[in-house]
Amino acid sequence: MLPYSAAQLFHPIGVGREHTLARRSIQISRRDFLRLSGAGLAGATLLGVAGCGGGGTIGGGQQGGGGAGSGNTFVFGRGADSVTLDPINTTDGESLRVTRQIFDGLLKFAPESTDVIPALATEVPQPEDGGRAYTFKLREGVKFHDGAEFNADAVKFNFDRWRDSKNPYHTGGGGQSENFAYYTGQFNGFDGDSTITGVDVVDEYTVRINLKQTQAPFLKNVAMSPFGIASPKAIKEDVEGFWQNPIGTGPYKFVSWNRGSTVELEANENWWGSDVPEREGGSGPKVKKVTIRSIPDNTSRVAALTGGELSAADGLTPDDVPSVKQSGLKVEFRPPLTIGYLAMNVQKGPFNDVNVRRAINHAIDMNAIVKAFFGQTGQVATTYMPPTVPFFNQSIEHYPYDPDQARQMLQDAGAENLETDLWYMPIPRPYMPDGKGIAQAMQQDLKEVGVNAKLVTYEWGTYLERTGSGDHSMALLGWTGDNGDPDNFLNNLLGSASATPTDALNIAYYKNPEVDELLQQGQSTVDEGEREQAYMQAQELLVQDAPWVPIAYAKPPLGFQKSVSGYQASPTGGEAFNTVSLSGGA
Amino acid sequence: MLLGVSIVVFFMVRAIPGDPAQLLLGQQATQAQVEQVRANMGLDKPGIVQYGIFLADALRGDLGDSIVTGRPVTTELLARFPATLELTLFAMLVAVLVGVPVGVISAVKQYSWLDKFTSVLALTGISMPIFWLAMILIVIFFVNLGWLPFPGRLSTGYAVTSITGLVLVDSLLTLNFPAFWDGLKHLIMPAIALGTIPMAVVMRMTRSSMLEVMGEDYVRTARAKGVVPWRVIFKHALRNAMLPTVTVIGLQVGLLMGGAVITETIFSWPGVGQIAYESVNRRDYAMIQGVVLYGATLFVLVNLLVDILYAVLDPRVRY
Repeated sequence: MLPYSAAQLFHPIGVGREHTLARRSIQISRRDFLRLSGAGLAGATLLGVAGCGGGGTIGGGQQGGGGAGSGNTFVFGRGADSVTLDPINTTDGESLRVTRQIFDGLLKFAPESTDVIPALATEVPQPEDGGRAYTFKLREGVKFHDGAEFNADAVKFNFDRWRDSKNPYHTGGGGQSENFAYYTGQFNGFDGDSTITGVDVVDEYTVRINLKQTQAPFLKNVAMSPFGIASPKAIKEDVEGFWQNPIGTGPYKFVSWNRGSTVELEANENWWGSDVPEREGGSGPKVKKVTIRSIPDNTSRVAALTGGELSAADGLTPDDVPSVKQSGLKVEFRPPLTIGYLAMNVQKGPFNDVNVRRAINHAIDMNAIVKAFFGQTGQVATTYMPPTVPFFNQSIEHYPYDPDQARQMLQDAGAENLETDLWYMPIPRPYMPDGKGIAQAMQQDLKEVGVNAKLVTYEWGTYLERTGSGDHSMALLGWTGDNGDPDNFLNNLLGSASATPTDALNIAYYKNPEVDELLQQGQSTVDEGEREQAYMQAQELLVQDAPWVPIAYAKPPLGFQKSVSGYQASPTGGEAFNTVSLSGGA
Repeated sequence: MLLGVSIVVFFMVRAIPGDPAQLLLGQQATQAQVEQVRANMGLDKPGIVQYGIFLADALRGDLGDSIVTGRPVTTELLARFPATLELTLFAMLVAVLVGVPVGVISAVKQYSWLDKFTSVLALTGISMPIFWLAMILIVIFFVNLGWLPFPGRLSTGYAVTSITGLVLVDSLLTLNFPAFWDGLKHLIMPAIALGTIPMAVVMRMTRSSMLEVMGEDYVRTARAKGVVPWRVIFKHALRNAMLPTVTVIGLQVGLLMGGAVITETIFSWPGVGQIAYESVNRRDYAMIQGVVLYGATLFVLVNLLVDILYAVLDPRVRY
């Protein structure tokens, strides 16, 4: 196929015409050769390519749309394509962003918060038997996109598929299936390990979920988007193909998926949520067609938004915010569900001394750092979890910036002229847009109080590995919440069980039996008052012990055309588009 | 030679720091999960064994499955190839249509202001970072003027039934003229961004080779015979001067066909280059190997074809 191009390119210059040098001994003249190669190979090219491209469509989006903002297509730009569209078989945020539109769970998170509200269930159930069982009343008359009936059997079918590793449908998700990772993550494992022991069908529209033991964040877990209820009919028909032909009950129906480029959805006109008030997660779907488009390059995505090709774009950097606003577009921020922090390795001297850790907290001018590196996209962190998480302790304040006091404290602790190291991650993370810049600023602040911190970094995978084995003295890291429960932050990041020798999540290696007990208490009771007390107190103890310097709660920005309204940015990063509307012609 | 490439790629890819299993599972994975995934991927075996398996499969046309998507690498590459082919053809069209005539003119009018101007232009073209040029084009023609569409191959609202995978060909075959026009407009900016360097190279090569040929005896003879000047230039000189230019064009086509990573990434062009970018980011070993081997194979093939073309263009080569 290649000489085709060469010959074609050649032709306009006039080499191929009426050549006289061709000798008699040569069977084929140059002209013939060029003509042959041109025609024949062009044909071959087409055939060859047809073999691979045949069948599908190449699309920039759906028919009848026109550009973004006009017509009735909501075009959402994002940084990467989905991996699979079977929600339970992925952990990838860009996959869940799409499945969130197509599937509903029994419960979901209220708009712009992490409060649990009913979805396919009619109400959030109360714990029974000391939190060992929950009875869900289900909505009646709900249909999957393939026409199948949603009922108690469908719920049981899904939970059984997830839990039972011998279930014939405990498979699927495509080549890169995560093998029900979120199920094991939130419910401890399959079969005998699973926190959920079984689902009983009480009647056609009632199910009872039985638990092995009390799990305080149970309802929050059920509300997570991986636990969207899939059509049993579709799964039974083709479980291995379900990941590219997803069928749920959600506000949008799946239409098509052009790999590497767009996912197309259309409104589910019979959505059960249409009559539910907007604040309760319902209404709409107002926009009839949705195109979710991946544009990996950040600058290109912002340009596509500015030029009007996108209705909305995710993944803006803090630097983009002012310029996007200047272009006459809207910027909204997700409520923060992340925390970035500087962890001090308490196993290593002098950070085993609480006064040194407090001194470091005093030494860093966090207001200046957050202002410089986060701009409007972050707020200074005061405690060890973000404010969208329940039982956030409002009364705690960040250690005041006071270099003199810090110097004095270090001197008293015998740690003046301290030589140490400060690690930073090599790539931007949702909770830390510029690890290197922040590390450099901290290094300057620390120098002021007589601490010489050498900056260290590794490639990201290696960075996690080495900080997870405690090679660092101080290291930057952060966390994005999974379900908005305090347990997800505090227990994972500061419980002594996570301070393992090799793959620690608790990279401060902070171990305090008192805190552990409080965290255990918060995890194992369903009594809200008791939980509140435990977590409030745990936060106070943590801030006093200061294993971290908390940095910021990042509020990831989203850009919108002026014509877009009703977008409910969720702290979890995945929101349904049912409330979005477009004012015409903008 | 391809064997050499395969060895180098195979072991170099594995020398990139970062564990694909760790990247796949993310920050919250346990050591046991990572080990499990590594075993599933076959990454726990010694490197030489991994290479043996890879080579045996590759010879059967099986480049393995992508670590990230789980689909066969060859399928993924074939699905992306038409987009890259279309872009390459257009970029080369830009390069040749501009490069050759300008090269000829600057050779004929050597040392004129036009020649000096084009020399500066060529130098600028070669030294211009593609990503910068691409962004400038986007800002001017898409954001500010709104003349050209961006990103991707078609605007929202257009779809083409895929027959060959080439938007322009398919839209004509299905008589979808609005899509043809839209697709054509989408091609302009990436083709210019991608074609600028080859254009400059072609321009310089044509110029120097023309200058050489213009000094040859047969050109002087032709002139002495009283052949009209344009005929001397285009018939006697240019044809003979084209050989090095063809080589350069061939080289560039081979290179571009392997996927233009930067251009495709910036323009969200769903071609081979975009796959290359994604697979390096995600440490998709199988995919990176596939992309590089495919690029190397095409490069070798194109050069082979250029050599064959030589024999046809220049009868002397055959003896």
